[in-house]
This record gives sequence, C-alpha cells and structure tokens, in this order.
Amino acid sequence: MSPDAATDKTFLTADGTGPHATDVTIIGAGPCGLFAVFELGLLDLKCHLVDILDRPGGQCAELYPEKPIYDIPAVPVCTGQELTDRLMEQIAPFDPVFHLSQMAEKLEKLEDGTWRLTTDTGTVIDSKVIVIAAGGGSFVPKKPPIPGIDAYEGTSVFYAVRKMDQFRGKNLIIAGGGDSALDWTLNLQPLAESVTLVHRRDDFRAAPDSVNKMRALVAERKMTLEIAQIAGLEGENGQLTGVVFKDKERGEWTVPCDTLLPFYGLTMKLGPVAEFGLNLEQNLIPVDTEKFETSTPGIFAIGDINTYPGKLKLILSGFHEAALMSQAAVRIVHPDKKIRFQYTTSSTDLQQKLGVA
Amino acid sequence: MILNVTTPDGECHALEALEGWRVMEVIRDWGLPIVAECGGACACATCHVYVDEAWLDKLPPRSEEEEEKLDEAFDVRDNSRLSCQILMSDSLDGLHVTIAPVAR
Repeated sequence: MSPDAATDKTFLTADGTGPHATDVTIIGAGPCGLFAVFELGLLDLKCHLVDILDRPGGQCAELYPEKPIYDIPAVPVCTGQELTDRLMEQIAPFDPVFHLSQMAEKLEKLEDGTWRLTTDTGTVIDSKVIVIAAGGGSFVPKKPPIPGIDAYEGTSVFYAVRKMDQFRGKNLIIAGGGDSALDWTLNLQPLAESVTLVHRRDDFRAAPDSVNKMRALVAERKMTLEIAQIAGLEGENGQLTGVVFKDKERGEWTVPCDTLLPFYGLTMKLGPVAEFGLNLEQNLIPVDTEKFETSTPGIFAIGDINTYPGKLKLILSGFHEAALMSQAAVRIVHPDKKIRFQYTTSSTDLQQKLGVA
Repeated sequence: MILNVTTPDGECHALEALEGWRVMEVIRDWGLPIVAECGGACACATCHVYVDEAWLDKLPPRSEEEEEKLDEAFDVRDNSRLSCQILMSDSLDGLHVTIAPVAR
C-alpha cells in the first residue's frame, strides 16, 4: 500500500494485483461508493474500491468538478470536487483501498461463497460482498460517429495511447481541442513521422501552456494544425490511408495518414457489469428497497446504477441506499454477529472508529 | 407550445412543450432518443442538435461554456447547439431541431 503520490492525496492505492482480501468490494468510487465506505466502516467492514478514472469522485470529478451542487442536505452549496474531497476526508478513518484506472471486468463465485472480482489490468479482489456503485457506467472515450470507423478501430484508429512506441514513425492525425489531444500531440510529435492536429475552431480548452507549445511546433513546421472537422475516412482492410477534412470555405479534402487518434472526451458505458449475470432493466440494475440487493444475493447496487419504484437519481438517494445496504452487508460478512444500531453522536464505540474519541 | 424534433431516422415529431423546460428535457420526456448523460449540466455534449436555420436568430447565442463543450461533439455546424442550453419560451413556439448523430 502506498499513498498516491501523483495526486498528492493521502488515500491508499493498492500495490500489486493481489489477490487482495477484504470484506466489501465497491465498484465505482463516485459519491455513493465513497459514502458506502463510511456506512460500512461504522459496522467494521473494510472496503476496496475499483474505478476506471484515475482519481475518486466519479461524475463529480469528471463531469462537473467546478459546478455547484445545491441539494446535499445541510450543505447549501458545494462543487463536485468539494463534495468528493469532503467524502474522502469523512471516510479516511476507515482506510479504504483504491484500485484506480481500471475496470471491473469479471465476477465469479468461489467454492466457499466468496466473490472474486478481476479487473482489466489483472487486479484480483476477494470479498463476501460486492457493491455496484457504478453510476452511469464506466467512463470510456467517445467514439465519434464517423461512417465506417469501426473497421479501423484497433488497427488504425485508437482512442487511447497505451504504448507511445506503437506510434513511432507513423503519420498521425490527432483530433480534438482538450488536454488529451494536446498532450498526445506534444508527446507523440517527436516520435511520429508526421503529426496533424485537427480541431473545429482555432481556440483550445486545453492548458494554455500546451497550446503555446503546440503553436510553436506549428510555427517551426514540425507539425500541422488544421481548423476543420472530420468528414470521413479512407483506406481498406482496416488500414487507414487518409482522413477527409471539411470546412465551410475549403469544402472537403483528404489528408494522408496511417493512424487517427480521436479525443472527443468521455462517455459512460455500462461495460462488463452487464455480463455479471444480474437482471437488467434498460441498463439499470433492479434492487429491492430494503437492502438494495440485486437479483443475486451478496451483490448490491446503489446510486444511479440501480432502479426501483420511485427511484430518483440524486446523490442523497444514493447515500440513503448506502446506509441500508450496509446493514444487510454486515449480516452477510458476519452472519452470527448481533448487530447494534448506534448513533455517531452518542456512541463512544463509533467515535473511536472515527478517531475522535 | 410545440417543439418540432427530427430524430436521426429522419422522422419528424411535434412535441407539446412547456415554457421554461430545456429543449433536451422535452425531447427526453417524450421518450425520443437523446443521450443527455450529464442531465443538463452542459458537461457532456451528448444532447447535440442542429437548429433549423429559420430559428437561429431567435435563440440566445452560445455561452462560452457551451462553445467549449461543443468541442466534444461531432460534426459541429453553425446551427449546432446543446439542447440542454435552450429553454422553451413563447418566442420559440414551433422551434425545429434535429438530433445530431451521437458518439458511441
């Protein structure tokens, strides 16, 4: 276990792929997953969390870190990032372990009834209880609706860069105006045979420093910037030979290339959770409203990912669901233990867990 | 008031709309295919529509935030808008929008 140095946060990220053993595995480190750590922690249950993003917070961190939220009880206003930071502070006494930048991929039941979760990077976590707090699903790169693009995916079209060396000596077209597009333009330009950045307007939302560096490369004729949009792809057998650009003045023209890297932001996909054998209704997971348990005992679903009569996709609903789920979870992890319901206000026992007594 | 919506399959739908509702919300409420995954926070660009040219003058211009977010939409045109950023009002009774092809 080591503190996460990259983000200068003090939360724990896991070392190695495991198998890790814990009481509860939470899929999704958004606000509901984070608050579940608190409610489970009060009941002495330890948690590991898995999230595809490289930091906790889910949609609050990815979609609206700077936007105000006004409907958190007793917090008249806070931003998505502030809510995340406060939840992280609130759950710190319980030492949750984070497995970030990875997707929960496979869930299997071991002979002794333990659930084994495996992620797409090979991390293995064993626990008695699974909590799916996956919100709208995993954040994955948007695939632009360019006709025929599927045929090139994985051979000539890539939505992420895993190994930079793969692009050495290639003729790259990079699309987009955000940090991903600019960062990869700057990182791949020294390796690639040629780089063309295409963006719809001569204005970039990426970090100004990156934009300045990109413009300097353009001025030195080490790369090309095209203010245009992608109209189509040319090539055959999965090998791209060119991308068709268009703009109002120049019409359409083809720029030769062998590789296209589109960076149009992220979208949410349910992903492998759909293969976990649970009942699904329109990509949501039906649960009961007593325990928020799915059709499979021991697997719970809380927050935006679940559905039940009267469901509202509000953060506060997810918090409530986390509290009730926890009462059921502890009875699975400790079937013989007598569970006492206590208040943080008055229980010395709870206050000791929180490190305040 | 009426909101006219052309869906990606080319069908045109005349939807009864309410003043103050976001165009995205009207489309979603009638069950037409619009992703709108951030729920109206101008944070995802998955409610991209093309506004019928005849109505462009009647719309308030794009905010800087909407302009930036449109960078994450595909095939952005002069008449592109994020439908969560347009509120229905009397002056927009009869507005016609076409849902843009959406990223997968």
